[in-house]
Amino acid sequence: MWEAISSQNASSGSPKVPPSGDGRDLLLEIRDLRVHFDLGGGTLWDRITGGSPARRVVKAVDGVTLVVRSGETLGLVGESGCGKSTLGRAILRLIEPTGGQIIFRGRDLARLSREEMRRERRHLQMIFQDPYASLNPRLTVRDIIAEPLETFGLTRGLETEERVRDLMRKVGLSPRFIKRYPHEFSGGQRQRIGIARALALNPKLIVADEPISALDVSIQAQIMNLLKRLQREFDLTYLFISHDLRAVRYVSDRIAVMYLGKIVELAEARAIYEEPLMPYTKALISAVPVPDPTIELTRRRIVLEGDVPSPLDPPSGCRFRTRCPYAIAQCAEVVPPLVEIKPRHFAACIRISPDEPQIERVAAGEAPGLKRAS
Amino acid sequence: MDGILLSIRDLRTYFYTEDGIVKAVDGVSFDLRRGETLGIVGESGSGKSVANLSIMRLIPEPPGRIVSGEIIFDGEDLLALTPREMRRIRGKRISMVFQDPMTSLNPFMRISRQLMELTQLHLGHTKRQAYAHAIEMLERVGIPDARMRVDSYPHAFSGGMRQRVMIAMALACEPELLIADEPTTALDVTIQAQILELIKRLKRETGMSVILITHDLGVVAGMADRIIVMYAGKIFEIAPTAKLFATPANPYTKGLLRSVPDPARDAGRELYQIPGLPPDVARLPPGCPFAPRCALAQERCRREFPPFVQIAPDHHSLCHFATEVYAESVREKEAKGASDLNPL
Repeated sequence: MWEAISSQNASSGSPKVPPSGDGRDLLLEIRDLRVHFDLGGGTLWDRITGGSPARRVVKAVDGVTLVVRSGETLGLVGESGCGKSTLGRAILRLIEPTGGQIIFRGRDLARLSREEMRRERRHLQMIFQDPYASLNPRLTVRDIIAEPLETFGLTRGLETEERVRDLMRKVGLSPRFIKRYPHEFSGGQRQRIGIARALALNPKLIVADEPISALDVSIQAQIMNLLKRLQREFDLTYLFISHDLRAVRYVSDRIAVMYLGKIVELAEARAIYEEPLMPYTKALISAVPVPDPTIELTRRRIVLEGDVPSPLDPPSGCRFRTRCPYAIAQCAEVVPPLVEIKPRHFAACIRISPDEPQIERVAAGEAPGLKRAS
Repeated sequence: MDGILLSIRDLRTYFYTEDGIVKAVDGVSFDLRRGETLGIVGESGSGKSVANLSIMRLIPEPPGRIVSGEIIFDGEDLLALTPREMRRIRGKRISMVFQDPMTSLNPFMRISRQLMELTQLHLGHTKRQAYAHAIEMLERVGIPDARMRVDSYPHAFSGGMRQRVMIAMALACEPELLIADEPTTALDVTIQAQILELIKRLKRETGMSVILITHDLGVVAGMADRIIVMYAGKIFEIAPTAKLFATPANPYTKGLLRSVPDPARDAGRELYQIPGLPPDVARLPPGCPFAPRCALAQERCRREFPPFVQIAPDHHSLCHFATEVYAESVREKEAKGASDLNPL
């Protein structure tokens, strides 16, 4: 059963979406979402001479189709520049999508007017990476957390105050600090303020963009536990964006792996880590250092050659082929569709199929990305 | 002892601020052997970076000052050297790689010039020699087309490539000691893996000693021979890598190890978390600085500063209950070993 869900067949009718298997309702359905940044014409010389002004377009998100089920945590991983943050922001329309649909509770967010979208944002909130930059330094904690309540006219007067105190308790902050300013808190506490603000409107979906990356190790565990507890308590759905694969595995039910604007693998968290199919996913997981010297000293690490190519000029065909140890000539020609290789396990690679889920090796030296033994 | 390259005794580096005296490093002692990789792990404010800036004599003064201690490098006390003498050691015999390569590379200078400057100054290279050496160094750290790219400016390189250039600069004069302060924190995991492999390979080739400072226990697990855990300006535990991970003797080390998600252990469970916040080093409590966050803390911990207990000749822990914590770790390890044998 081949079920392609990538952008290739999107233009010819709506793409198929993986079945929701465990009976949970779909909360969010993204279809062929594209976010392109137009950087304008070519070089200054091109503009002066009027010669071949090739427009430079960064396809930060290029045909992503995904579903998020109610109550689940979908992890989104990838290296910097892969488009994971852009995708998260485009869902809330903090960045305007270039094309595609974002169906949330039955409505296509991409088509809402600004005013309609503003009202809809009640149900979609965001937690940011940098708790230093995302809180207004001139507002007290009370004002920061109360702002969304007042904007939407949900509470007033003393009621607001009570709700703010309640939210502070929920995220593990003492309501005694209600009059304090962000700079009086540590990084972990500020992240708690950001979480309280996101919770204020009782949202359905929270997009958490690298919520623990800026925090100390001992604080990361606190915030992960808090997010999980709040999820149970408020029946929240998370899109958890991170480059920290250990954290993502811990919090996520399913994981999507992105590379240069495309989803290249999508499966249950356990399957992504224990039976990854894509060469890129394998390399990504093997690159994560394990805090266990006996494992570190014995295991073989797949070290990828080179950097992520520029999104301005991505490789033709499969975008990973320039670093892939298994790339063959055809990889340059075909954009691989995301295909269901095993039940509920999708991968985008022409060398993998349901009949042949493992790539057969190619001879060393043929592959552009293969690391020579040093 | 001639196997010891660097010996630090009772190093204290304080910062005099409006908030009071910040004892960033407060009585740190350790030895580093030739060819050894020592990992220093700690959270922000633990003093791990300040300790190493002190070795390089790069503490901004004021507000900072090395109040006391000895830093004996190859038989010479670095703290007794004049700034001029220190410059001959820094960059030549001891060099440093930082987290953000852009802060250490001059954006207005070609890579070739930045590399040539070093060897012309320290090794007396002629221009021609220095240029050839610059290309050779870039090749060695794995920069493709080094000959073509040597005359580029830093902005033309990606983050990972810049970190390679930094390492090339740090190793240009074949130092005996490389201090790498969070060298991969700003990089993606696949690039981090490349840089760590590179440091390992270069260490093998040159036999230099490495001090690797990081907050990531995973990074030191595969790189370091021994590990120091720092907290609030103090060494909390020091042990060979395998021992520190298998049988930690300090509650803080144990907490750090357990708060990293481990899929085999933590699936579906709440992660172990160290409660509370990293300490404000300007306002430390009188007893053990970790006591307010420690699950095992007793009255004595809040009152008396803990002793540095020797568990084994190469394993020390700063804790009133180090022996008990160690014994518990050993029991846990044996229980785990037994369960590994009988998977039921």
